[in-house]
Amino acid sequence: MAAVRESQLTLERARAVAGTVTDPELPMLSLADLGVLREVEFDSDGALIVSITPTYSGCPAMAAMRDDLVRELQGAGFERVEVRVQLSPPWTTDWISERGRVALSRNGISPPGRAPAGPVTLSLGPTRRAVTCPLCGSADTEVTSEFGSTACKALYRCRSCLEPFDHVKAI
Amino acid sequence: MTSSHVQQPAADEHDSAYDGLLGNDAHWAFGTGFEDPLAGVDTTIPDGIDAAELASYCVMLGDDALVYAQRLSEWTSRAPDLEEDIAIANIALDLVGQARLLLTRAAAADPGIVPSLPEGSPVPAEDALAYFRDAGDFRNVRLAELPNGDFAELVVRLLVLSSWRLAIFQRLVAHPDPVIAAIAAKGVKELSYHRDFAGRWFVTLAQGTEESRRRLEAAMAGVWPLIGELKSPTAVESSVGADPAQITDELEDVLAQVLSVADVTPPDVRPIAVTRGGTGRDGMHTEALSRMLAEMQVVARAHPMGQW
Repeated sequence: MAAVRESQLTLERARAVAGTVTDPELPMLSLADLGVLREVEFDSDGALIVSITPTYSGCPAMAAMRDDLVRELQGAGFERVEVRVQLSPPWTTDWISERGRVALSRNGISPPGRAPAGPVTLSLGPTRRAVTCPLCGSADTEVTSEFGSTACKALYRCRSCLEPFDHVKAI
Repeated sequence: MTSSHVQQPAADEHDSAYDGLLGNDAHWAFGTGFEDPLAGVDTTIPDGIDAAELASYCVMLGDDALVYAQRLSEWTSRAPDLEEDIAIANIALDLVGQARLLLTRAAAADPGIVPSLPEGSPVPAEDALAYFRDAGDFRNVRLAELPNGDFAELVVRLLVLSSWRLAIFQRLVAHPDPVIAAIAAKGVKELSYHRDFAGRWFVTLAQGTEESRRRLEAAMAGVWPLIGELKSPTAVESSVGADPAQITDELEDVLAQVLSVADVTPPDVRPIAVTRGGTGRDGMHTEALSRMLAEMQVVARAHPMGQW
């Protein structure tokens, strides 16, 4: 693609391009719908500054997200792109958009409920959440493990269709 | 890889799976990440905070996470079942992430603490701290470094360490350094899951079979002597950390709550002695840390200039 001068490109266009970049581990979800893409702005020198926030402190996908954002934006003609980390406020699953929740569900991953508010409590009994099976719609599900295939998911099993599935933990 | 690839016809180049993997910059060949975990974050020290003390405190909290994450990762492929294996690896990953942020914050506050490496070495500060310090320079509590025992030992030690760390992080959310406050706010969410995992397994083992209860009590007898160190803050922790008295109170409350539900009494054991007047926070460690670091650091130390 021919190089396009930055001055001719609008911020809206940069945001639109950044908004198409998907999560490397949840490819049905854009970084915007996941709530990881926080800001897209030009700085005073005309460089494009993109701010992203990690889902978990050890999220190994941050480097891939950064590289994907830079590649897509540079491919669209934005020559100088800098990706910055934004730690505060911390990411919450409440930032996953409605569109993102539908996309998760359609792909067999149960979307999170409301994030817990206030102090963190210690529950010494079995974890109970109202989780619906994304495969058959049954509410008769059980947790297999609080830690799943990635940092942000728990493992569940449906007692109606007997299929295992991932649930995005509310944090 | 790159040189032979260049000789391929152009059509093949377009289809190469390696194309998307090769970034613009060469990176150090080891370590956990290829980017600064605090890229773009303002790391200016707020007025009224001593930079050297802040760095020292971040190293303490970072080393606790790094060393215990290494112990937890030694469990990989050895847990009682697949779900627990994944859970332990997830917890280790969270702690590695916290360690990266804290060691990076420490190096930004006081670059003088970062070990010096050959000129032109691509090793970032967080990795220099992780891989190029000897045991005597680590500031983790000794409970984090003990060799792994059985699954009961994992549960007991994780319960104690995650309850203590959560009590600290909940208070650091209000720390005057906004970087530490942000790291803590993120960590609180993770640590609450770790504590919950350990607490539920603690009760399960206590109320399981005679054998599971016997093992749990044996594990407590091994872990309890090291809890005293968690309640004896150093001058740096008292100065720039959260209020140690509040942290101790909360740790005792949480442990009492779990032991009560599990119907277990604390073991009658003596605290571990201090070594030449110091504890882990002073760089006085057990032999186990040197052995662990030898394995963790050997490849990195052999290749301080390694790039890919």
